Amino acid sequence: MQQEVVLGMLAKEPSSGSQLRARLNDALGPLGEAVNEGQIYVTLSRLERAGLIARQGTGAPEAGRKAYELTAAGQERVAEWLSEVSWPKPDLAEFHLKLVAAAQAGLADPIGIVDAQRRELLRRLREVGRAAMAEPEGSRAGLLLEGIVLRLQADLRWLEACERAWMDRRKK
Amino acid sequence: MNENASCAPIVRARGLHKEYGSGEGLVRAVDEIDLEVTPGETLAIMGPSGCGKSTLLHLLGGLDRPSAGELWLAGRRIDSLSERGLAQLRRHDVGFVFQAFHLMDELTAQENVELPALLAGRSPREARRRARQLLDQVGLCERAGHLPSALSGGQRQRVAIARALANEPQIVLADEPTGNLDSAATLEVLRLFEGLHTAGITVVVVTHDERIAATAGRMISMRDGVFVDETRLAGGARGNLADFAGWGG
Repeated sequence: MQQEVVLGMLAKEPSSGSQLRARLNDALGPLGEAVNEGQIYVTLSRLERAGLIARQGTGAPEAGRKAYELTAAGQERVAEWLSEVSWPKPDLAEFHLKLVAAAQAGLADPIGIVDAQRRELLRRLREVGRAAMAEPEGSRAGLLLEGIVLRLQADLRWLEACERAWMDRRKK
Repeated sequence: MNENASCAPIVRARGLHKEYGSGEGLVRAVDEIDLEVTPGETLAIMGPSGCGKSTLLHLLGGLDRPSAGELWLAGRRIDSLSERGLAQLRRHDVGFVFQAFHLMDELTAQENVELPALLAGRSPREARRRARQLLDQVGLCERAGHLPSALSGGQRQRVAIARALANEPQIVLADEPTGNLDSAATLEVLRLFEGLHTAGITVVVVTHDERIAATAGRMISMRDGVFVDETRLAGGARGNLADFAGWGG
């Protein structure tokens, strides 16, 4: 679990691990299934050691209900995270090089590789589409699923461009 | 026919061919295609504009006549039907959904859905009952009295889908049904197509919108009038939703 995500979820108010999990599940919908509660606790203890969060209050914690809160350093880290412009990297270069390698060595037809990839992406699109349809209107997770749909569509469009280009090359 | 009726394809095409022009300007829009669509199947045909997919759909629905080849719909040979026979076929056996909705602007949603049933000779009372039921199915009961101009794009397409079902057609043919819709309206139409599938209605949709194609059980890619790839989409995607989002939890 990415530390900043847990910090960010904690920024709303002091919370226990299970409260954080509920908040993540609400935002992630069907993707929340991938969240393992154990990972949240591991991350929390790392963040505590790093001084970014602290157990709330000094008295004995109520049984099983340890609430954590951000320290000043933790708040600073959250603010930094919000202002970062990092973005997940799709690894298109690898696929591109796969097509080049297949064509150069004459090992496989690049267009066959593109077709196989398209089938896989369409199957994914089908699954994500179904999950999106199952979300109630205005669901936060629905917005995330829409993002995945749009990305898959962009990838499919690029595959179309790959197909056209390799088809033209074949004709030459 | 000797085949078991439940296994017999709804659509069967052999060497289906449609060309326009002649000499240098000859275009083979649909180039000797073989196709079978089984009852209850949803099939998506994808391809760039000009690949012949709309022409193929028009042939399947009797909106156009092939230059050559054989075509059966529900066990009946239709490539050689008369104009009158084709008109009857379109009225009774085929439900059409178009990109531009093609609703009658001066009729209410309810009247638009009643129209095909009336044209097919049903009683006004029966047509009204059926239209109410269909508008209810597409979630537009409260909008039944509205003119198309008072409806959103997604709602208009839902009315058009209800209309397509008015005569309990053998098959629904859809040409870019989400082509004019924004993302939210597309989702409404996707849900309805899922519903058609669940209800066991046979659907052929031609599109370049991958989202609607992905609701189908089978997808065919078309280029320059021929089928170049075919795949079953149901099941078999590797990984899970979280993987697709790059979200490791």
